[in-house]
Amino acid sequence: MFKWTQQFADWLIYTVFGLSAESHVGQALNFFVFDTIKIFILLAMVTFIMGIINSYFPIEKVRRFLTKRRWYGLDYFLASFFGTITPFCSCSSVPLFIGFVKGGIPLGVTLAFLISSPLVDAVSVAIFIGMFGMKTAIIYVVSGIVLSMIAGYILGRMKMEHLLTDWVQQIIQNKQKPEESIDGKPQPFMQRLPGIAKEASGIVKGVSLYILIGIAVGGLMHGFIPTGFFEAYISKDNPFAVPIAVLLGVPMYSNAAGVLPVLQVLVQKGIPLGTAIAFSMAVVGLSVPEGLLLKKVMTGKMLAIFFAVVAACIIISGYLFNLIL
Amino acid sequence: MKQIKVLGPGCAKCKTTYNNVLQAIKETGVEAEVTKIEDIEEMMKYDVLTTPVLMIDEVVKVKGRVADISEIKEFLTA
Repeated sequence: MFKWTQQFADWLIYTVFGLSAESHVGQALNFFVFDTIKIFILLAMVTFIMGIINSYFPIEKVRRFLTKRRWYGLDYFLASFFGTITPFCSCSSVPLFIGFVKGGIPLGVTLAFLISSPLVDAVSVAIFIGMFGMKTAIIYVVSGIVLSMIAGYILGRMKMEHLLTDWVQQIIQNKQKPEESIDGKPQPFMQRLPGIAKEASGIVKGVSLYILIGIAVGGLMHGFIPTGFFEAYISKDNPFAVPIAVLLGVPMYSNAAGVLPVLQVLVQKGIPLGTAIAFSMAVVGLSVPEGLLLKKVMTGKMLAIFFAVVAACIIISGYLFNLIL
Repeated sequence: MKQIKVLGPGCAKCKTTYNNVLQAIKETGVEAEVTKIEDIEEMMKYDVLTTPVLMIDEVVKVKGRVADISEIKEFLTA
């Protein structure tokens, strides 16, 4: 599908600009042009498709769905799954958290949603397809959902309701079923399209600068770091590589758009794919700003447990990726 | 006079929405009072799940994304 993109990049850099395919500069620029076009096409496609799904299952509907009846554990899967299709902004995490527990959704299920939402979204899926191929992208999505389910379940079993801040505990005590739908008539598909397109283009625009920077940095490294450079330092055999990568990733705050293009180059230069995926999960899934926002609803102790459990799950999946990929 | 409320805990998207509202008011000349609600406990009274939220006269117009200027102008003049 992207053969023409490579041909175009080759033509532009080697023929029009006349740079040598052997030179560092030529290689770096070629990589930049090829990746930029490819990623933006994929990004437009994935955000649009996810926008269509999201238009039929907006967050209010998901909440209603989860509160309507008892799900006997299936709710962990539903929350994690719908978390992936809901576009996420870290500033929405607190209203979302309150809105969920207020409606009577169990704490563990709410946390499962909160973990999966930033971890797997349209942007990370699109870039994963572009950078690592469809197979790796599917593994990433499935493992992101499974990881959120497991971490949410463990956290739910810990019965941490008493570790929430006081005002949240009060809200839970006075919990009430969310009001019934006031959506009115369902809109036909064609009428939804403009809104979906607008939303999708908003997402693409919002991350485009990060992607360009990420690909530019990746392009430079691609051209200038010798292949296999990192193999000497970080190999699959080093048992500490995954935990170190995750611990480095947690305090870093970036979105998938900035991290993944750089990561692709690191993988080419010898960092094991599983370690790299675990690192990117830590960067996008957990962050200091999100922690600060969540302090509004969780005590420090609960926040520490939350971060520790999610980080542990990411580390374990990093080892698993290295085994199977 | 229209009552406009922008709900959001102060992230970049919320600020953009707020500035867009001010710009839209300036361009249309509609009389309106704009309130920014950043306190989360206050915000939860409106039962919002995603921010930023744009409310005009207590009706949610846009939620979970930035409302652009032309859109807000339509709301103001409607």
